[in-house]
Amino acid sequence: MSRPPVIIGAGPAGMRAAQTLAAYGLRPVLLDEAPRAGGQIYRQPPSGFTRRRTQLYGFEAGRARALHETFASLRGQLDYRPQTLVWNAQPGLLDLMETGTLAASSLSWDDLIVATGATDRVLPFPGWTTPGVFTLGGAQVALKFQGCAIGERVALAGSGPLLYLVAYQYAKAGARVMAVLDSGSMGDRLAALPAMLNQPAVLAKGMYYLAWLRLHGVAVHTRARVLRAEGGARVEALVWRREDMNDAQASPGPEQRIECDAVGFGHALRPETQLADLLGCRFGFDPVQRAQLPLRDPAGRSSVAGVYLAGDGAGIMGADAAELAGERAALALLQDRGMAVDRARIHTLEARLRRIGAFRQGLERAFPFPRRWAETAPDALLVCRCENISAGELRGAVRDCGAGELNRLKALTRVGMGRCQGRMCGVAAGEILAAAAQVPLSQVGRLRGQAPVKPIPIGMHCRQMPHAAPAAAPGEDA
Amino acid sequence: MKRLDSEILVIGGGIVGSAAALALARAGRRVAVLERDLCGARSSGINYGGVRRQGRAAVQLPLAQRAHHIWSGLRELIGIDGEYVRSGHFKLARSAADMQALEAYAELSRPYGLDIELISGERLRRQCPWLGGAVMGGSLCPEDGQANPRLVSPAFARAATAAGAAVLEGCEVLQAGHDGSAFVLEARHGGQALQARAAVLINCAGAWAGKLAAAFGEDVPMTSGHPSMAVTEPIPHFLPWSLGVEGGSIYCRQVARGNVVLGGGRGYVLDADRARASHDSILGLLPQAVELLPALRHVQIIRTWSGVEGYLPDRQPVLGPSATQAGLFHGFGFCGAGFQIGPAAGEALAELVLRARSPVPLDAFSISRFNAVAADASSHPLVPERKIS
Ligand SMILES: Cc1cc2nc3c(=O)[nH]c(=O)nc-3n(C[C@H](O)[C@H](O)[C@H](O)COP(=O)(O)OP(=O)(O)OC[C@H]3O[C@@H](n4cnc5c(N)ncnc54)[C@H](O)[C@@H]3O)c2cc1C
Ligand SMILES: Cc1cc2nc3c(=O)[nH]c(=O)nc-3n(C[C@H](O)[C@H](O)[C@H](O)COP(=O)(O)OP(=O)(O)OC[C@H]3O[C@@H](n4cnc5c(N)ncnc54)[C@H](O)[C@@H]3O)c2cc1C
Repeated sequence: MSRPPVIIGAGPAGMRAAQTLAAYGLRPVLLDEAPRAGGQIYRQPPSGFTRRRTQLYGFEAGRARALHETFASLRGQLDYRPQTLVWNAQPGLLDLMETGTLAASSLSWDDLIVATGATDRVLPFPGWTTPGVFTLGGAQVALKFQGCAIGERVALAGSGPLLYLVAYQYAKAGARVMAVLDSGSMGDRLAALPAMLNQPAVLAKGMYYLAWLRLHGVAVHTRARVLRAEGGARVEALVWRREDMNDAQASPGPEQRIECDAVGFGHALRPETQLADLLGCRFGFDPVQRAQLPLRDPAGRSSVAGVYLAGDGAGIMGADAAELAGERAALALLQDRGMAVDRARIHTLEARLRRIGAFRQGLERAFPFPRRWAETAPDALLVCRCENISAGELRGAVRDCGAGELNRLKALTRVGMGRCQGRMCGVAAGEILAAAAQVPLSQVGRLRGQAPVKPIPIGMHCRQMPHAAPAAAPGEDA
Repeated sequence: MKRLDSEILVIGGGIVGSAAALALARAGRRVAVLERDLCGARSSGINYGGVRRQGRAAVQLPLAQRAHHIWSGLRELIGIDGEYVRSGHFKLARSAADMQALEAYAELSRPYGLDIELISGERLRRQCPWLGGAVMGGSLCPEDGQANPRLVSPAFARAATAAGAAVLEGCEVLQAGHDGSAFVLEARHGGQALQARAAVLINCAGAWAGKLAAAFGEDVPMTSGHPSMAVTEPIPHFLPWSLGVEGGSIYCRQVARGNVVLGGGRGYVLDADRARASHDSILGLLPQAVELLPALRHVQIIRTWSGVEGYLPDRQPVLGPSATQAGLFHGFGFCGAGFQIGPAAGEALAELVLRARSPVPLDAFSISRFNAVAADASSHPLVPERKIS
C-alpha cells in the first residue's frame, strides 16, 4: 500500500491540496515551517494577537476566513505538522527539522506536492543594507504577523502589485508613507490593461489602492530610479531621480531626496524552487518572469514521477491561482494513483488557471522589470550581503576569468555562497552576469540547489539514526 | 563540421589535464584541451581542498613530494595563490591501535621528508583546547596544508590558455580512435560537431576516463565514488590545522573566510555526471563533528555537496603510457586524493610525452597492472573507433 501523500507548504496552494486529498479519503502529511497555516498572504498572527481579519487581510478577509475555517474543519483528517522545515529532499526521502526543538527526522514519500511559495525579488541599490531598509514583503510581514510597522516615516520603492498594497496597508495602519517610488510608468499600466481586464476584480483592487493613496495625499512617483539610501545607524533618506529603466535614451531628471526612517523595496516576487531542484525536476527559462522555473504540465506534474508543483513556488501566479493549482495538483496525484476524480472540476480549474495566466502576462507588462538595472548598477553596489560581494567584483570575474555562468561566478567570487545560498542575491547576480558577459539571461543558468534549503544547526538532535550507518567514504581525505 | 588539428590533445580540463596542458604549452608544444563542461567544474573544483601528503601510500610519496614543491610556487605558475596555506595537517588517533598506526606511518614516510611529529598527552591538551571526545593523540605534518579548489583548478586552465594551449570548454568527446596515423576524436562543441586530430592523446577524463581507455582495448576496474561534504557559516578562527582521523570517518578544516568545511560519508548519484550529499552522510557527519569539535554545536551548516571521482581497487591512480596504443597516455582515477598530486601528475604526463620518461617513479600506476593480457598486446596495431559515451 502506498504511503500517505506529502505536501510541503501550508499556504493557499498547500491548504487546498490537503483539503482535496482529504475529500477523497486520503490523510496527507502537510509540512510547513511556519507555526500557523496560511502561507504568505493569509499569514496568521501568533496566537493571542487580536487584530481583526479585516484589518489583517483587507479585501482578502473573506478568502482568508474561508481558507482558515476550511482548514480548521480538516483537523483530524490531516497529519499537519507546523514548525517543520523541509531542509533536504532526495528520491523517496525528505529531511525534516522541527524548528522549535531542533529535532531532526526524515520522512519517506511516494508522491509529493511542493507548494513552497515565494519571497521578494531583490534588486539592490546603494545603501540597501542600512538598518531600516526592508523588503516590501518583510515590511508587510511585520504588519501582518506582529502588528508593527518598520518605521514611522516610510518610503516604499520598487515595482509590482505589492508596492501599492503595502503602501495602502501602511497608510491605513497609521504610518506616514512619505512616497511611493515606482520604477515603471503609467504608460506601462495602460498598455497592460487589455490583458488584465480578464481579472476585473483584481484590477479594480489595484486601481482602488492607487486612487486611495492619491486621495490621501501620498506622493506616487513613476519612472523613479532609487539612487541610494542615506544614513548610518539608521536610514535617514532615500535619494532618487526620474529615469526610465527601460529606455537608455530618455534623459534623467534631477536628484530628489525623501526624508524617512524606514524603506520598503522590492521588484515583485521570486519562487522558492530549491526543493524542486533537489528533487531533480527539470527547469526551463521563463522569459516573462525572467527566471529558471521547474517545468510542469497544466495539472502541476513536474518532470519527476510523483512530484507535483503548485502555487507561487513553481512560478508567480498569485494567491487565487495558488488555491486552484493546489487543488489541481492534488487531483493529478489522485489520478496518478488510479483514483476516479471529478473531471468537470478539472476542466473548471484548468480554465480558470489559464485565465489567470493571461492576467499574469498583463501584470508583468504593467510592472515591467527595470531592464537597465544591471547596466546602471554602480561597481561599488553590494550585491551579496552575506559574503560582501560587489557588482564590480562580479564584473571583474566576467572580465578577467571569463565567467559566463552563475555557478562558475559563484565559484570564483563567493556570490550566493553565504547563509542565504543565493535566495536573496541570486536574481541580481544573474542579471549583472548576463549584462557584463553580454549574453541573454536565459544562458547564465541558475544556482544549483544544495541542501540544506535553509541553514541547520550542526547540533540538531537526530531522533532516529540515519537510514544506514555512515560508511567511510572511499579514499576520502582523512 | 569543425576541425581541430593539434600536436597533442588532452581530454578533460580538471587539475590533471590542465596541469599537463600547461606544462606542454610552456615547453612550446601545440596542445588542445577538450573539456565537456567548464574546466575545474568537476572533482578538481569541488573537492575538500586538502593539500596533504600525510597518509598517502609510500608509492605515491615521490609524486606527492614533487607536487609539494609545485604548490610552493603556485602564484608564479598560475597567477593566484588560490588560498593555499601550509597550515599543517593533523591526523587524530582515537585508540592506542590508531596511535600505533600513526607512529608506523611516521616511520615509513621518514625517508621522503614529510617531517611528521607525533603529539599526545599534555602537549595535545595544551595545543588543541578545541578538541573534544576521546582523542589520544595525533601526527602533525606541519607543511601539509589546504587550498581553495574552486579557485585553483580553473586557474590552471587559464594559465594553460595564457601559455598558448587551446582550451575548448563545452566540448564533449563522444568517440575516440586511431586511424593508423593519428588519433581521431569526434566531439560536440557549442552545439556543433568537431573532429580533432593529433599524434598524441592524453586521457584525463577523471571518473569518466574508463570508457576512453576501453575504446583502446584497455579495461580498467574503475568505479565511481562520491565523498560527501558540508560547510558551516563563517565563524571566528579557531582551527589551525586541517584535521583527519585515522580510519577516516570525518575530516575538516577552517578556510580563510572562517567557514569550517567537513567531509565524511558517501553521497548518492543523481545521474551519470553528478552526485549529492545524502541524507545518511549528512546525518552521520553532524554528530561526529560535534563530538570532535564541541564548539561547532551551535554553528549552522549552510551547504552540502558531493562530486564524482574515479576509484581503482588498489587505491592508486592510472598514470602513464597506454599498454595498447602508442602515443596514448592516461592520467585518471585519483581515488579521492588527486587534488594535491594533480599538478605533479600533469607534469609527469607532459614529461612522458616530451621525453618518454619522468624522473618520478610511476611503475605502481601502470595501467597494465590490471590486465596482463593487455600488457602483452602493447603493440596492438589498429584500433577501430569506439563510442565512449
Ligand atoms: C512576503 C509576501 C507578502 C505577500 N503579500 C501578499 C498580499 O498581501 N496580497 C497578495 O495578493 N499576495 C501577496 N503575496 C503573494 C502571495 O503570498 C502568494 O501569491 C500566495 O501566498 C501564494 O501561495 P502559495 O501557497 O503558493 O505560497 P505561500 O503562501 O508562500 O506558502 C508557502 C508555504 O510554504 C512554506 N514553506 C516554504 N518552504 C518550506 C520548507 N522548505 N519547509 C517547510 N515549509 C516551507 C512556507 O512557510 C509557507 O507557509 C505575498 C508574497 C510574499 C512573499
Ligand atoms: C568531494 C571530493 C573531495 C575530495 N577531496 C580531496 C582532497 O581534499 N584532497 C585531494 O587531494 N583530493 C581530493 N579529492 C580528489 C580530487 O578532487 C580528484 O582526485 C582530482 O580533482 C582529479 O582530477 P582530474 O583532473 O583527474 O578529474 P576531474 O576534475 O574530474 O576532471 C576530469 C574532467 O574530464 C572531463 N570529461 C570527462 N569526460 C569527458 C569527455 N568525454 N569529453 C570531454 N571532457 C570530459 C570532465 O568534465 C572533468 O572536468 C576529492 C574528490 C571529491 C569528489
